[in-house]
Amino acid sequence: MKLVNQVKLVFSSRSINEGFARAALAAFLVQADPTVPQLADIKTAVSEAVTNCIVHAYPGKAGQITLRAALYEGGLVKIVVADRGVGIADVAKAMEPLYTTGDPEERAGLGFAVMQSFMDKVRVTSKPGRGTRVTMSKQLEAADLRQ
Amino acid sequence: MAKVWFIPAGNTLAAYLSGEIDHHAAQMLRREIDAQVDAHMPELLALDFSGVTFMDSSGVGLILGRGRYIASLGGRLTVQNPPAQIRKMLDLARIHYV
Repeated sequence: MKLVNQVKLVFSSRSINEGFARAALAAFLVQADPTVPQLADIKTAVSEAVTNCIVHAYPGKAGQITLRAALYEGGLVKIVVADRGVGIADVAKAMEPLYTTGDPEERAGLGFAVMQSFMDKVRVTSKPGRGTRVTMSKQLEAADLRQ
Repeated sequence: MAKVWFIPAGNTLAAYLSGEIDHHAAQMLRREIDAQVDAHMPELLALDFSGVTFMDSSGVGLILGRGRYIASLGGRLTVQNPPAQIRKMLDLARIHYV
């Protein structure tokens, strides 16, 4: 699997940067010519991962979020969203649908469920006190196979 | 950037949402919608998504939160006109729409 192109973005965990991360990623993916639904799926999954960093990883302060996106030959997109925040003690529990440690009145607890539903693969690794890394991938339909 | 504008009509308050609804925008939308609900005390709050171009699960939290709030005042909420990608998110969250 040959790497075609990659980018790395580092930004502050401020909520205004949720839109920045989506827009920057969309701009990077233009070269892969994704369909509108494919692009929306990837933007949504990345928005969830970045929002998790902002809401959970750095409570009460701003920290650093790193977004890496890589495009491979054949249209495979791989994305890593990483923080150096509080980490998750029980990753399996955190990934259960409807589970949230945020405000239960306003947060749906669906972030990981959305990532899993909208991407092909999602892997989460975390160390309490060290941070969390979400790795996601999606195979784009080859442009010449589309109608 | 998300926006919301309101049309009150009788016992209904229609809220027309547009733009991108994420965690950043949801905080502002929540305040604006709740202020209009407090001002009009509608029986029905109709959230219209026809102008929404992006929504992550923060939008689901926004809908569920407004549903709880309007129910606590004796009213109810409907979700209407979601575009295809928004329907995908609503289906995942099992939120009904018209």
